[in-house]
Amino acid sequence: MHNVLAVLLCLLLAACGSSSNSPDAAQTQAAVAAFATVQQVFQHLRCQNCHIPGDAPLQFDAGLPHQMGVVRGPAGHGAPGLPCSSCHGEANPPESYGPNAPPGAPHWALPPPEKRMVTKDLSAPALCKMIQDKQENGGRDFAALLKHVSEDKLVLWGWNPGGNRAPVPVPHAEFVAKFKTWSDAGGPCPAS
Amino acid sequence: MVSLNLNGKTAQFDVPDDMPLLWVIRDVAHLTGTKFGCGMAQCGACTVHVDGSPLRACITPVAAVAGKAITTIEGLSPDASHPVQRAWAELDVVQCGYCQSGQIMSAVALLKAKPDPTDADIDAALSGNICRCGTYQRIRAAVHRAAELAKT
Repeated sequence: MHNVLAVLLCLLLAACGSSSNSPDAAQTQAAVAAFATVQQVFQHLRCQNCHIPGDAPLQFDAGLPHQMGVVRGPAGHGAPGLPCSSCHGEANPPESYGPNAPPGAPHWALPPPEKRMVTKDLSAPALCKMIQDKQENGGRDFAALLKHVSEDKLVLWGWNPGGNRAPVPVPHAEFVAKFKTWSDAGGPCPAS
Repeated sequence: MVSLNLNGKTAQFDVPDDMPLLWVIRDVAHLTGTKFGCGMAQCGACTVHVDGSPLRACITPVAAVAGKAITTIEGLSPDASHPVQRAWAELDVVQCGYCQSGQIMSAVALLKAKPDPTDADIDAALSGNICRCGTYQRIRAAVHRAAELAKT
């Protein structure tokens, strides 16, 4: 009799724990599905061209090495004496300047060398782990990550890149909603 | 009307907000030391400093720098006595000269950020300044010389 009661108590505790602390299977499944959209955005060229493993940023929709030997530099803001802001202003230049004028957005930069936040060529599971790894993402928790993808002006530029540059194809609101679905579930990662 | 602090003097310019800063500098303020090369920030001939940082004037709308301190080649020194200008003259860097004001402005920006640059530092900082005469070796030597002169 005592054994039966103990088993029942364990089952009850397990059920309570499951419902209060961790997402259910359906939420996890939805979150993993939502991560596909997160991956699509993070690995779009507008974002990926600067989230690179090396020190030379990429440019254009073809992801070519940046002209003029531009480099990441000691803080991600370009070489001393040739900061990104030399050519990339606070906003895209007027349309009248033509399609070849460099685009602009606030704090135009690459990630710093010690936290490269590489997204290029990562598999879905690896990208999923990297995004939420505070050692890699600048110490951001899910709330800070959500704020970053929702409000950061350089992130938002990806939807309004100007010139001939392809914008991120997923509507920003949809991307943020999918990111929230994924992060609210604790950031579950796809198996492959 | 745009207010600019140009080489230490504040003045009002009756120009459209989207006029490139380079146009204002050359055609309105008549400071022609800064050059037009490519018009798309590819060559560096139009480099000026805004609040001490290098900027390509050809792709910068003038309204974006309203109220900021703009320095052109004419504003580096009143008598070409800036260490970079002295080094350039000493080593006779210039050939045709068209790109050189941009080269000098970039060199000044480099030395401000890195007073003792290596060859690699110089190559990285000045890689956005193109010289069709190919004076790169003299430019590199002159940056090293300017670093020395700046300490004297």
